Amino acid sequence: MARSRSYQKAESKEEKRMRRAEWLAHWGKTMKFAFYCLTHPLDGFWKLTHEHRGSYAAANTILIAFIFTRIIKLKYTSFLFLNVYWEDVNVFLYIASIVFPLSLWVVGNWALTTLFDGKGRLGDVYMGTCYGMLPYPVIQLPLMIVSNFVTIEEGQFYSVLSVLSLVWCVILIICGMGQIHAYSAAKTIFFTIASLAAVLVMIFLLMIFFSMVTQGVSYFISIGRELMFRM
Amino acid sequence: MKNKIVRIVTTLAVVLGVGLSSFTAVKAGEDNYTYVYDYWGDVQDSPDAYTVAQVFDFGALGLSKNLKAPESLFVKGDHVFLCDTGNNRIIEFERTGSDSFNVVREITEIKGAEPSTLASPADIAVDEDGDMFIADRDNARVIRVDKDLNFKMEFTRPTDQAIDAESGFRPDKIVADTAGRVYVEAAGINKGLLKFEEDGVFSGFVGATRVSYNFMDYLWKRFASQAQREQMVSFVPTEYDNVYMDKEGFIYAVAGGLKEEDLKSGTVDAVRRLNMVGSDILVKNGSYYDGEFPVYGDLYWGGGGGITGPSYFKDVTVLDNEIYVCLDQNRGRLFGYDDQGHMVYAFGGNGNQAGYFRKAVSIEHMDNDLLVLDQLDGTITLFIPTHYGQLIYDAMAHFDVGEYDESKACWEEVKMLNGNYELAYIGIGRNLLSQKQYKEAMEYFEVKYDDENYSRAFAQYRKQWIREHIVTILVLIAILAIVPMAIGKVFSLKEEIDNADIFKLRR
Repeated sequence: MARSRSYQKAESKEEKRMRRAEWLAHWGKTMKFAFYCLTHPLDGFWKLTHEHRGSYAAANTILIAFIFTRIIKLKYTSFLFLNVYWEDVNVFLYIASIVFPLSLWVVGNWALTTLFDGKGRLGDVYMGTCYGMLPYPVIQLPLMIVSNFVTIEEGQFYSVLSVLSLVWCVILIICGMGQIHAYSAAKTIFFTIASLAAVLVMIFLLMIFFSMVTQGVSYFISIGRELMFRM
Repeated sequence: MKNKIVRIVTTLAVVLGVGLSSFTAVKAGEDNYTYVYDYWGDVQDSPDAYTVAQVFDFGALGLSKNLKAPESLFVKGDHVFLCDTGNNRIIEFERTGSDSFNVVREITEIKGAEPSTLASPADIAVDEDGDMFIADRDNARVIRVDKDLNFKMEFTRPTDQAIDAESGFRPDKIVADTAGRVYVEAAGINKGLLKFEEDGVFSGFVGATRVSYNFMDYLWKRFASQAQREQMVSFVPTEYDNVYMDKEGFIYAVAGGLKEEDLKSGTVDAVRRLNMVGSDILVKNGSYYDGEFPVYGDLYWGGGGGITGPSYFKDVTVLDNEIYVCLDQNRGRLFGYDDQGHMVYAFGGNGNQAGYFRKAVSIEHMDNDLLVLDQLDGTITLFIPTHYGQLIYDAMAHFDVGEYDESKACWEEVKMLNGNYELAYIGIGRNLLSQKQYKEAMEYFEVKYDDENYSRAFAQYRKQWIREHIVTILVLIAILAIVPMAIGKVFSLKEEIDNADIFKLRR
């Protein structure tokens, strides 16, 4: 990387192509490492940040895959297993329902652990969490396709695998937290719960903030209205 | 000149009126008179399944005295029996035309009975021979008389320790089966229906409703003192409000006045179909996005028009095609369900117009026509099926006897009249399924989320598909298995050659 940066100013077409290939290779390697983390959560998540085996590009890819899976499965899962009341579906709300809790979790976890000897930086927490979300698309996408080829009697496995994909995600994220911050098992579990509490506190504060802003704005609007009526 | 204008205006008005009324006959009524709930539980307006043929008051029925607090109707063939409870009489009518009734007789006295007069007759049942079973409430008896009103026998308060000795015997509703056994719903008795054998002997209770309580109530009760406990509502089963015996001899029993949370949690049933031993065999296959479709009338109990709470099922009648129609006294509505528990239609309301009720108490059917008794108005409303309603019945009847093409044609027409009607789509699908057109059937089931029928069609379609494509599948599997093997073989061969000793010698 360093080499390519030093030549950045006078970059020929050839060099540009090579840089892109290099980036792609790095992305491929870090993506591949995400699959290693699936089955080796402790070892994998340790290496992820401490040995720089992960990348933000791969983390973003996994997050996008997660969101994509969650939306696409509404449409293409067999109606035997998932029925959607389309009148109420809002894709942006769906995206927000993933991104918003994720960012709250990342910020909450980092804010707490950084005070208690956590080794991970904000970006590390984000990367670790995203890497931990990989089982969802990995299981749900094939499941979505298979669901169209079974009857309801054969569909018992659907709910089992569905739950499994989420449980796996949770296990990975918790393991990842512990490894990234170099915590013991007990400390990991304690800070997972504490982070969730921090999320709740943040939601509470945000709600207060927004209701105050709304009231503040409406105060000035009503003053403006009053003035207009008087004039 | 002025006259001419008036004439033109009136002509226009008449033309418009006729045009509009014929229009509304096809289209769903503006006032949502008839509706159904769809898969999501949303209200879908529907064309009227029934229209009012006529509302009969005492004059139209040919009576000289107004009805006073009538409680029950019973239909046997062409004859209608009306229990005019407040006037201590039962009136028998004969239906002489599509919308006319003639009084056959007024029953006020029984020959050979003691006392011979009726006191608040609450219900009547008539068997095949014309023998009448009368719930003579204020005389605390159920009497059996032959068709010429000669006393045959009576059923009185059973001396059973399960019944509180203090309480009287007030038979409210009765049904009688073909063997002459009588099932009585009596006021104040909540252990089920009293069953009397044909010889008049009380033989026990049938079909007690389930006792419902929630966990919090139970906890409170555990820690309450004796005095406090007596203050609380006790966990008692609810009494039935009415009973009806269908043509197969099963008893449909309805209970109104159920608690909202019990209905929501499914711990009580508004409608039950009791078999001989008194267990509930009502089929509830109506699908719903979060479970089975509840058979308790309205799904939403908001306070429209000052009426709150769930539907109060006061009476039920079962048509010959096993559609049962429940009468909701709370909102004056009629709810029709088919034998699988799907809602077929719901219509009615509280009010003073024809087709609306003030206090509906009893419902009966004559073939497919419905008769509803209004206690406050003292009227009988006669409903006849519309073209749309008749099509639904025809489609079901054709399907039952295996005439799938005819049934499908009927459902197609229903679908044309009401594109939101789930039963039409599922009906077409079932006919296609019966004709082994699995792919087409699947499409219809999918549109209306019928997962069970879809699975049935899909299993067949998949079997068919695999049978047709078995060669392709085998070839594909073979290719998938052989090609990597072959490639691996080539590679290992190449490696063997590369590392062969003869080539090593050269080095």
